[in-house]
Amino acid sequence: MTQVSMTVNGKPVSGDVEGRTLLSGFLREHLSMTGTHVGCDTAQCGACVVHVNGEAIKSCNMLAMEADGADIGTIEGQANADGSLNVIQQAFQDHHGLQCGFCTPGMVMSTAALLKDNPRPTEAEIRKYLEGNLCRCTGYHNIVKAIMAASGQDVSQIAAE
Amino acid sequence: MYNFEFEKPSTIADAVAALGSEDAQALGGGQTLIPTLKQRLASPSALISLNGIAEMQGVCVDDDGSVSIGGATTHATVAAEAASSYPALAALAGQIGDPAVRNRGTIGGSIANNDPAACYPAGALGSGATIVTNTRQIGADDFFEGMFSTALDEGEIITAVRFPVPQAASYQKFLQPASRFALVGVYLARFADGVRVAVTGASEDGVFRWSEAEQALNGAFRTDALMGLSINPMNMISDLHGSKEYRAHLVGVMTKRAIEACM
Repeated sequence: MTQVSMTVNGKPVSGDVEGRTLLSGFLREHLSMTGTHVGCDTAQCGACVVHVNGEAIKSCNMLAMEADGADIGTIEGQANADGSLNVIQQAFQDHHGLQCGFCTPGMVMSTAALLKDNPRPTEAEIRKYLEGNLCRCTGYHNIVKAIMAASGQDVSQIAAE
Repeated sequence: MYNFEFEKPSTIADAVAALGSEDAQALGGGQTLIPTLKQRLASPSALISLNGIAEMQGVCVDDDGSVSIGGATTHATVAAEAASSYPALAALAGQIGDPAVRNRGTIGGSIANNDPAACYPAGALGSGATIVTNTRQIGADDFFEGMFSTALDEGEIITAVRFPVPQAASYQKFLQPASRFALVGVYLARFADGVRVAVTGASEDGVFRWSEAEQALNGAFRTDALMGLSINPMNMISDLHGSKEYRAHLVGVMTKRAIEACM
């Protein structure tokens, strides 16, 4: 076992891990932060997306030891300081961008990364960016709509589905 | 996943030394290796991460105009930083996997793995790149030796890949949308001294050059120069996503699209 230390949502954390411990496993099992979901465990579904030094990565496909010293952002750190939903989370709720909710942590974290680089993405850009995030409920329509709304775009003309 | 020791050296020399221990394996971005380990298809005693080596990071333009990319540079970084110096290669990097995969996966890892459907082997072979390792420089024509097989020796590290920049180039990828690999991908590069056409995703032997098309295009650089040329389906990959004949056909289609993109 080796000790790793990192910052998660602004707080310093550390723990003893094996070489094979994944970042997703460290977050969920060592820190009990189960908001980061593991869907496929093969780096395809994107439910485990977190930010490492500001970049979206799939935490089930990165070793915890690789994140030693890194600044990690997870879904638990997304809400506003007063506990209310942030703009992206609120838009997902307002526009029914989730049904079962399993993929939502990854969707929100990918969206945050997208909007950081591209504050007003087109529908095509959103769909392109989310190609590594799978949702088996919504058909993506309302997710895309929520992201357009979260980026301040008028979605009133987009049909509800 | 079986357990292993983990090391993250900060210099190439330390990485080479660490890779000298028995069954140690280099770790790039891990976007292929970690899923492989999860399936217990490999059981290294130690993983030596190459991601902490500053001298293996980044994109730079050399004095002779070639573009040199550190072996541990991520696809996202190449997509952004090579966009002005070698746009076709940057576009290739920007089509690999998905955004989160591109933020971790590295050029050295992709080229060392030589997956038969990966994009970078086509870019490197099509460009006539030079693979720079800790001990030598290997031309792309001598580097790719077949599916998942390269000229790399045990413990040898790709420290950089150097690309001569062609007059025009284009990568045309027929996406396999589930895996996000190329069902067939063609990288075409037009240099002053000739055209190179590299094909990925298609052959049981991994990435290859379509030399008949190169000769035809050296005679006349237009799509109808390929008239009458075809790829023998015999050695093509066949799976539920596409038959041998389908892939052989796609090689011609994607090559024509690449020619048009270079016009």
